[in-house]
Amino acid sequence: MLPHYWPTLVTGDPLIYGADASIGLVSIAIVFVLTYYKKWGWLWREWLTTVDHKKIGILYLIAALLMLFRGGVDALLMRTQLSRPNLHFLAADHYDQIFTTHGTIMILFVAMPLIFAMFNIVVPLQIGARDVAYPYLNAISFWMFFFGALLLNISFVIGGSPDAGWVSYAPLTENQFDHGPGENFYIMALQITGIGSMATGINFIITILRMRAPGMTLMRMPLFTWSALAASIVVIYAFPALTVALGLLLIDRVAGAHFFSMDHGGNPMMYANLFWIWGHPEVYIVILPAFGVLNEVFPAFSGKRIFGYSTMVASFMAITILSFLLWAHHFFTMGAGPGVNAFFALASMAIGIPTGVKVFNWMFTMYRGRVRMPMPMRWAVGFIPNFVVGGATGVMLATAPGDYQYHNSYFLIAHFHQVLIGGTIYGMFAGMYFWWPKMFGFLLEERIGRLAFWLWNVGFYVTFFPQYLLGLMGMTRRIYTYPAGMGWSSLNLLSTVGAVIMGLGFLFIVWNILYSVMHRSELRDVTGDPWNARSLEWSLPSPAPHYNFAVIPTITRRDEWWEIKKYGRTEDYRPQPGEIQDIHMPNNSGRPFLFSVAFFVVGLGFVFEWYAVVILGFAGVLAIMLHRSQEVDDGHQIPADEIRHEEIALGRL
Amino acid sequence: MAVTKEDAWGVQARSQTTGSTHDENELRVAGFWVFLATDMILFACLFATYIVLRGNTDGGPGPRQLFDVTGFTEETFILLTSSFTCGLATHVMHEGRRRALVLWLSVTALLGLLFVGLEVSEFVRDVSVSATISRSGFLSGFFTLVGTHGCHVSLGILWMGSILFQVMRQGITPAIARKLTIVGLYWHFLDVVWVFLFTVVYLMGVM
Ligand code: HEM
Ligand SMILES: [Cu+2]
Repeated sequence: MLPHYWPTLVTGDPLIYGADASIGLVSIAIVFVLTYYKKWGWLWREWLTTVDHKKIGILYLIAALLMLFRGGVDALLMRTQLSRPNLHFLAADHYDQIFTTHGTIMILFVAMPLIFAMFNIVVPLQIGARDVAYPYLNAISFWMFFFGALLLNISFVIGGSPDAGWVSYAPLTENQFDHGPGENFYIMALQITGIGSMATGINFIITILRMRAPGMTLMRMPLFTWSALAASIVVIYAFPALTVALGLLLIDRVAGAHFFSMDHGGNPMMYANLFWIWGHPEVYIVILPAFGVLNEVFPAFSGKRIFGYSTMVASFMAITILSFLLWAHHFFTMGAGPGVNAFFALASMAIGIPTGVKVFNWMFTMYRGRVRMPMPMRWAVGFIPNFVVGGATGVMLATAPGDYQYHNSYFLIAHFHQVLIGGTIYGMFAGMYFWWPKMFGFLLEERIGRLAFWLWNVGFYVTFFPQYLLGLMGMTRRIYTYPAGMGWSSLNLLSTVGAVIMGLGFLFIVWNILYSVMHRSELRDVTGDPWNARSLEWSLPSPAPHYNFAVIPTITRRDEWWEIKKYGRTEDYRPQPGEIQDIHMPNNSGRPFLFSVAFFVVGLGFVFEWYAVVILGFAGVLAIMLHRSQEVDDGHQIPADEIRHEEIALGRL
Repeated sequence: MAVTKEDAWGVQARSQTTGSTHDENELRVAGFWVFLATDMILFACLFATYIVLRGNTDGGPGPRQLFDVTGFTEETFILLTSSFTCGLATHVMHEGRRRALVLWLSVTALLGLLFVGLEVSEFVRDVSVSATISRSGFLSGFFTLVGTHGCHVSLGILWMGSILFQVMRQGITPAIARKLTIVGLYWHFLDVVWVFLFTVVYLMGVM
């Protein structure tokens, strides 16, 4: 029973065979190392079954960095292809696949896990909680993301990658124009990871609204936690639209329905609407937490409280609401009419206002502060000019008549990389350097870090500024090559040079991490508060014990930990032996992992339209859910004595 | 942490709890409400798509030819009744009456089953007159919207069955009471969605 696109599985392309072989070798090597060092049990007990938010955060971070590598390789392949006119390094269909996986991976499997990594690592510690509201669900979220990412990545070696762009517009993606498993991979990978994202959104909304330590009112909450709340709200409102868009597209493809087809009464414009009802909020989902990180980093390294706390909160909420009123600015040229375009243009410009408020607040926070410039602060300061340019070009694009010129040109490409890299990635790197000691107990080394930062920063400008010009000169996106004599050649070459410098920057970040791991004893953070920062997580040792707080603190003001330090009360702030009681913690479980494996099977079944496999996968999903619902799981108690011992070992009692 | 009441710093006596200020069961119910919000948006998107496509029959059968007034009125009546019996189940659960609970829960699930059966037979009838999902945009929208609701109901039936099994084995524990509250919310939610389906799809279709 070979599928009708069987020939695509055996491409005869040496690149693919090379990839097949190297993936095979790497897998064998991993299996060998784990077996040789007898690490299977450890892997299962400590990581695959964990429900600890700190570990799940670390898993997200590792996965995101790996995916950043994969997406980065895609980017370099594309830039190589475009470096000179008339190159045939990549064939047209190859190029299509690569820009599609690049975009999809960067948004869904880099930006999303980076923000979820930060949520997981930081939020419970900042609000004085021992875990998230639903630790079990949290593990499901991670594994759904992981297997979604895996599904998209294996498309490269079996069956062929999707090739219709990360937006996967219909009717191009209808079966008659784009048949074969590629687009199915895209749809199923996003559906699976989307379920996980929605669960994370629900989890953090409830965690933040219900699990705060006594005394931590909403207006005493650290601003990163505010940003997590705002982004989670956007997640739960936006993702269902993606689920529907992709679900209907799948039904079109596998059942021959006519939602988005050109004939039999379909309406392709409905796809664009549904996609961007998710897609636009999605860009705010990934930028809000970056704003949140900056709101922690600027005050910490300026030795001042944040300027305009309430306006920060207000602008978070304003962006949350406004982000739902902008989606049509992604298709002004679809011709919805002047009234509609005018509305969406004005709403898009309006969102510049709360964003601008934030930029000013950060600058006023630094103004007259005692500014220090370690790594987190570098990335944060680098963010500001990037985002000012990105916002300004955004407003240019949002001018509907102007967009008829800019749309789908390299100007647009430069805009969104400016905000996604210059915004989200810079912000997340700031967060990674900032909270690294809280995750692992040692700091990342500064010297290599600076080098990485400068390589990345220079590379970033050299890559994307030429692209604005190229866009204005008429170069459109998604072309795999161009003739000489358009005046585009040297700017394209420059952009490629920039991309190589950024690639080096990435390698230096990896080296920075490896170097710091090897020299961790010199870089150890013994205080738990290496940056002299302000919020609750810094009152704990680094890394935090698995139960986080031996005694949950009572919060009396904003920047609680900073105030405690100012009044010299840190000694009193430690737990007293008599105060420590048994702590109730959730149990580990292997089910989230298996549950996601079952979904992965469903995904594979749909990709190749093997319905027996789909049914098998769903049966697995259902069986696991039933098993879970029959189980009586009340977690476990950690006895007070054990906690006392642990706190003594940490030197806190 | 010895921060006391008379502290010059103005701190109130700190709470001695280990921090579990939240009740596990209540927490889950709160999360389920948020989930229902996401599900509501999902249905809203499906409704929007249906409304965009409902005129596009492509020369094929339209709502007037396909919808059977007695059929969908029966379905509505059955589902509304099941919501009522589901409410009764929650009520007797609070009174701790296990046998009555088993009874009302079974009645609810059976009514649900009947509803799904009627819907399936409606679909079969449509298909038998060549009104399939691939016939037109209208039919794609119709089958998907109504079918998604039907899948939700089917899942609810399985879920109730699982809880029924637990009630029979363990009686009414706090955890089971929570599960029943949640499945009850879900069931009422599906009822509300059906009221919209009934109005937007069926009534407006035949009028
Ligand atoms: C002042 C704020 C912003 C405004 C007014 C704005 C405006 C726009 C407009 C009008 C477009 C569509 C242009 C076209 O297709 O012709 C666009 C595209 C895009 N923007 Fe922004 N933007 C803003 C901020 C952001 C942020 C913060 C992000 C992400 C972190 C972002 C990510 C994107 C992406 C990914 C696209 C392109 C998607 C695609 O077509 O592939 N934007 N922006
Ligand atoms: Cu947008």
